[in-house]
Amino acid sequence: MAKLAGPMEIYPLLPGTNCKICGEANCMAFAAKMAEHTVKLTDCTPLYEEEKYAKNRAKLEELLRPPVREVVIGTGEKTVAIGGKLVLYRHDLRYTNPTAFFIDIADNLDAEAFEKRVKAIEDWTYVYIGQGLRLDGVALRCVSKDPQTFANAAKKLIGLTDWPIMLCSLDAKLLSAAATAIADKRPLLYAATVDTWSELGKIAAKHDLPIVAYAPNNLSDLASLATTLQAMGVHDIVLDPGTLSRSALGTTVDNFNQLRRAATIADNEQVGYPLLCTPISVWADYKEGDAPELTKWDEVLTAAAMIVRYADIIVLHSLDMWTNLPLTFLRSNLYTDPVKPVSVQPGLIKFGDAGPDSPVMYTTNFALTYFTVESDIKQGNVDAWLLVIDTEGMSVQSAVAGRKLTAEKVAEAIQEYGLGEKVNHRIIISPGMAARISGETEEASGWTVKVGPRDSSGIPKYLQKELWKEE
Amino acid sequence: MTDEERKSNLDEMFGEFAELVLENVTIELDELRLSLQPMIQQVAAQVAKPALSMPTSLIPAKFTPPFGEYTSKIHEVTIGATKNEGGTRSKTLTIGGHKAPAWDLFQAPPKHLPIIAADVFDMKISLAKVVKNHYEEVLEDPAEWAKLCVNKYGADAITLHLISTDRQLKDTSPNEAAKTIEEVLQAVKVPVLIGSAGDPGKDGPVLAKAAEVCEGERTLLCSATVDVYEPIAEAAKKYNQVVLSWTSLDINQQKELNRRLIDWLKPEQIVIDPTTAALGYGLEYAFTIMQRMRLAGLLGDSELQYPISSGTTNAWAAREAWLKDPALGPRELRGPIWESVTALALLLAGNDLFMMMHPAAIKTVHDLIDWMKERKPVKSEDYPDWTSMALPEGV
Repeated sequence: MAKLAGPMEIYPLLPGTNCKICGEANCMAFAAKMAEHTVKLTDCTPLYEEEKYAKNRAKLEELLRPPVREVVIGTGEKTVAIGGKLVLYRHDLRYTNPTAFFIDIADNLDAEAFEKRVKAIEDWTYVYIGQGLRLDGVALRCVSKDPQTFANAAKKLIGLTDWPIMLCSLDAKLLSAAATAIADKRPLLYAATVDTWSELGKIAAKHDLPIVAYAPNNLSDLASLATTLQAMGVHDIVLDPGTLSRSALGTTVDNFNQLRRAATIADNEQVGYPLLCTPISVWADYKEGDAPELTKWDEVLTAAAMIVRYADIIVLHSLDMWTNLPLTFLRSNLYTDPVKPVSVQPGLIKFGDAGPDSPVMYTTNFALTYFTVESDIKQGNVDAWLLVIDTEGMSVQSAVAGRKLTAEKVAEAIQEYGLGEKVNHRIIISPGMAARISGETEEASGWTVKVGPRDSSGIPKYLQKELWKEE
Repeated sequence: MTDEERKSNLDEMFGEFAELVLENVTIELDELRLSLQPMIQQVAAQVAKPALSMPTSLIPAKFTPPFGEYTSKIHEVTIGATKNEGGTRSKTLTIGGHKAPAWDLFQAPPKHLPIIAADVFDMKISLAKVVKNHYEEVLEDPAEWAKLCVNKYGADAITLHLISTDRQLKDTSPNEAAKTIEEVLQAVKVPVLIGSAGDPGKDGPVLAKAAEVCEGERTLLCSATVDVYEPIAEAAKKYNQVVLSWTSLDINQQKELNRRLIDWLKPEQIVIDPTTAALGYGLEYAFTIMQRMRLAGLLGDSELQYPISSGTTNAWAAREAWLKDPALGPRELRGPIWESVTALALLLAGNDLFMMMHPAAIKTVHDLIDWMKERKPVKSEDYPDWTSMALPEGV
């Protein structure tokens, strides 16, 4: 694969003064972190302030530029950055800039429906491992085919939301009208084609707007469009090789794959841009009277496949919880830093006003398991103790199967964290998934083991009913 | 504009700029020079930039497909045996054989398409409501259960999980369990895979007995683990079966176990399973390990050149798949889409054998495999203009 710059390539170009302004002990330490892209070059302020470093700075910027450029959409606090990818596979380092989810809105909706949809897009959320999952932007589509309607809808939209906007029409005149109307909000323009690149390229260059190059199933045309737009002075380019689903899903997957491999492994700078995918395209097959659930189902599958296969931004129509929950989860999973620790500190955690008579439960130190259990206990608003056992960051089910959660480990943890001094009973509640080791645990620890619910969402009810106290 | 003209423009601009600043504020000359410097540099850079010559036609470009070099391929493993091969199955299933990363169609399409085995249990177990609905009638009859999976839900194979052999459940003896295997072999003609209970004290004898009962059938024994592998490998060798080498999200452990198994088995007798964690609950570990294993295998790591299996039913461990919560939408859809998306991610990572449960998810994954198996000759006009479609709102 194309090699990312290593510390020894970066270090000679740094000031070498070990000034510590960046927060690192010395320039070598900064170089090491820079190679991992866990710090930003701009943290080295002398590089930017002192004229004598200008040449090296330019070299560093070139050296450290990700093989997939980063494009920023929107202005103010609600911008979204896409692309900026450093590697093909997440295990090569990590994925940056999670796939941005843009939800469509038609320009010809009546005022009430328009407002309602914008609000629904902004309000869509779900709490997952302590963070709120959200959507990222609004894709305004020109369904009216009227430039004035499209431009007015764009203006209306910026009055309703400060979220990043994408303007969508394949007609250059229509797109120009809306683009000019809200150019200062830095919308993403969709799209320049082999027919419209000249007109739209000029607008994008003039207002410094990001623009999508669209060439369905023709990667050479796409490279040609990107090269031409670049030559016109357009800096922020996004590529769309077209999205087809169902029997042509393989073609879509393969096109995205070729583009991203070319940029990251074959050093093909002509296609080193973020990729846009349009799962919304599946709605072209929808006929009035059809069950919309089937189309939504296809939209989820298309989006899921392409989140895995390198889409940096997707356009969706569905706004349901059941459609976007699996997609936001998938995005969250794949964009997790693979080297980040997946475990929490083992130990004894106190909830509420837990005392000597409060119930004691145990779980594993897999971060996701822990946070899920934690949130469930808090939701139940009960006083309780939670013993977090070191399973090397494995979930209950996997840890039992993989012998990382054993009766001996539970017994040791009870000893180590002095459970016997905290409570005056000798009952511990095990996760339902660890029922298998409950007998051995009683033998190893001398404590009575009660098997709790299989899913921690059952904890509040279990504790409120005081089931653990029953003989 | 000539270079000379550009230079004089610059001078004008600097002059005006400096005067403008001096008009309004009184500052020390040095300070001014200092503060102006970056600004002037910026302005100068902008002004001095040569005017772009606007392209008048598209600049041609030729995209070259980014082929990789792979020195090795994944072993081919066949499960099931027909009459000609000494078994009683109506067909065999072969997986693996790949020589490029998963679904890199431009490099090489999959040598063998992935397959789906439906889970069948030898006793009534607790299942998510929306899964159970589809199996209500057969929960206590493994043979009927297997038939339903094959005839109605289109499973390529069956995995019979002998969970009743668990000492904490029914402690069914290996001989008793063998009878259930025979019943299921009678009931369906597709390959039948055999799963143990996950009881370290029983798995060895149960799977050894299963290997004996399935002599000639070329079954997959699920599973050998780092704790229990000898009796399983030995029986598989004796009766010519295939072994599922199952580890817990640890690529080094997977290599280690494979290394031990190869003392008994031939490469075409091993399938690997690095454990499947559900979407939202660790899926990324399974995804990345599968992807790494496939790549390592292609690049010559002989300990990882095996087809991969996934217990995709684990997707139901995610509460979002089954919780009854109106705010999350109908669980009748949410559940199977959860299992489907879990499978899809692993399909793209390179998984070959899916063990699944929900009929809609089984159908979906079959569809996905069919949709992705080759590039279709699509034209640019086949792509709809989604920007101008009238779409239903709020449905």
